[in-house]
Amino acid sequence: MSNFIFGRYLPLNSVVHRLDPRAKLLLSFCYIGLVFMANNPVSYLIIIAFTLGAILASKISLGFFLKGIRPLIWLIVFTVVLQLLFSPVGGHVYFHWAFVNITQFGLVNSGYIFIRFLLIIMMSTLLTLSTQPLDIATGLASLMKPLRWVRVPVDTLAMMLSIALRFVPTLMDEANKIMNAQRARGVDFGEGGLLKQAKSLIPLMVPLFMSAFNRAEDLSTAMEARGYQDSEHRSQYRILTWQRRDTITWIIFVVAFAAILATRRW
Amino acid sequence: MENIIEVKHLTYRYQADDPRPALNDVSFTVHAGEWLAIVGHNGSGKSTLAKSLDGLLPFTTGEITVGGIQLTPETVWQVREKIGMIFQNPDNQFVGATVEDDVAFGLENRQMPRTEMLPRVKAAIARVGMSEFAQREPSSLSGGQKQRVALAGIVAIAPDVLILDEATSMLDPQGRREMLALVRELRQTQHLTVISITHDIDEATIADRVLVIDDGQLVDEAAPATIFAQGERLVELGLDLPFTEKLKAALRQRGIEPPADYQGAAEMEEWLWQSLSNT
Repeated sequence: MSNFIFGRYLPLNSVVHRLDPRAKLLLSFCYIGLVFMANNPVSYLIIIAFTLGAILASKISLGFFLKGIRPLIWLIVFTVVLQLLFSPVGGHVYFHWAFVNITQFGLVNSGYIFIRFLLIIMMSTLLTLSTQPLDIATGLASLMKPLRWVRVPVDTLAMMLSIALRFVPTLMDEANKIMNAQRARGVDFGEGGLLKQAKSLIPLMVPLFMSAFNRAEDLSTAMEARGYQDSEHRSQYRILTWQRRDTITWIIFVVAFAAILATRRW
Repeated sequence: MENIIEVKHLTYRYQADDPRPALNDVSFTVHAGEWLAIVGHNGSGKSTLAKSLDGLLPFTTGEITVGGIQLTPETVWQVREKIGMIFQNPDNQFVGATVEDDVAFGLENRQMPRTEMLPRVKAAIARVGMSEFAQREPSSLSGGQKQRVALAGIVAIAPDVLILDEATSMLDPQGRREMLALVRELRQTQHLTVISITHDIDEATIADRVLVIDDGQLVDEAAPATIFAQGERLVELGLDLPFTEKLKAALRQRGIEPPADYQGAAEMEEWLWQSLSNT
């Protein structure tokens, strides 16, 4: 778990860290569109430049991003190999056997796929490394606000998400304690075959779930005692403010997008 | 003195057909500004009583009046305006993602405008001495610190009554002392009426008056000095003896006579080791 970089937050003080989470979230979504727009070397160079620029601005060392890719490497290799072996005929054919074709077209395409994967992973890693989970939740809730008009309980969902995030470390601690208590009683975690390992999780999951339910009940009582009636009729202490740096970031992104649209092969 | 809380013939059953009610015909009053301790065994009904006062459990028989308002399903939110409650488990009442978010939680529920919230939250956090922790997440705080944040949440709302529902029982001795000192201070500055539900002798001793509850009924009511003059009976009342005394009592029950002159935990440990190596 500890070498799983994707989804972790790295507290640093950089422009990227200080950006409005809504700006970052939206940008990360649109970035994926940007990546799929690129289809020739020049347009890829523009994206790579944009991505490296963002990473540099975040002051996070490149090593973190490479580590972030590691757990996903097999997925990437698998996709790239599929693309390489089974792409439609086009250009020079290097190798042909039954339904397997390695063509010039396939080779170039699989190279692009590889770069696309890399870029998208790097950008989403940048999002999670530079934004606290709570800010991501607040940003998501804020972006989902228009859904209120179609009766989606956005505020309640935001409250649930924020409470869930707040209890992640508490329950992790609890799980650790239970595991130690069970180890002291002779349970082996992570030993033996798959079935045995799964079985050894039962003495962990049962008490963990019981405690989570107890906590939930306590918490709901405490929330009610503190005047919580529903999520719709509340004021907000934590608010997000769109600032100049957010606008500037978006201008840079739009320029990059325009440059890609101009240079890509239509 | 004016009564801030009046309870008349309160009976509560967790199940409608329960032959033994959790609270059985309980009546008492709380004076404005006093510190009332409620002691009793586990399962004696003292927490049920505390929750009933805040309208967290719907009772069917009896009457509760808080600050002149009779508690009914219609007035329950008005009554909760007047009462701040702190519960036993520091973790399970920390709602916000950080200290300041948590202190703001009660104010958000009351739909206070943000411009008013900001200074209030800041002042409340400062009041409990947690200013340098304002941005911290609960996982980086100790139990005692979390309970102080809970107190800050109460200070921000400024209720008339503070109910401590075994609020110090999960804290270490130092955290417990600090918390009680803080409650004492806040009681003066915020003009609070304090009701503390407790097992802890020290906490009960601070009170002006002690109610003893057993099996859902009020069995005694007196000043702490009168109650604690009863010595061994404290255990029957559901108060905790010091740990070494409990250990000695348990040893005696098993027919082992511990030395009468050993007092502290360290000496007791030493004695236990010696007796173990002798057998």
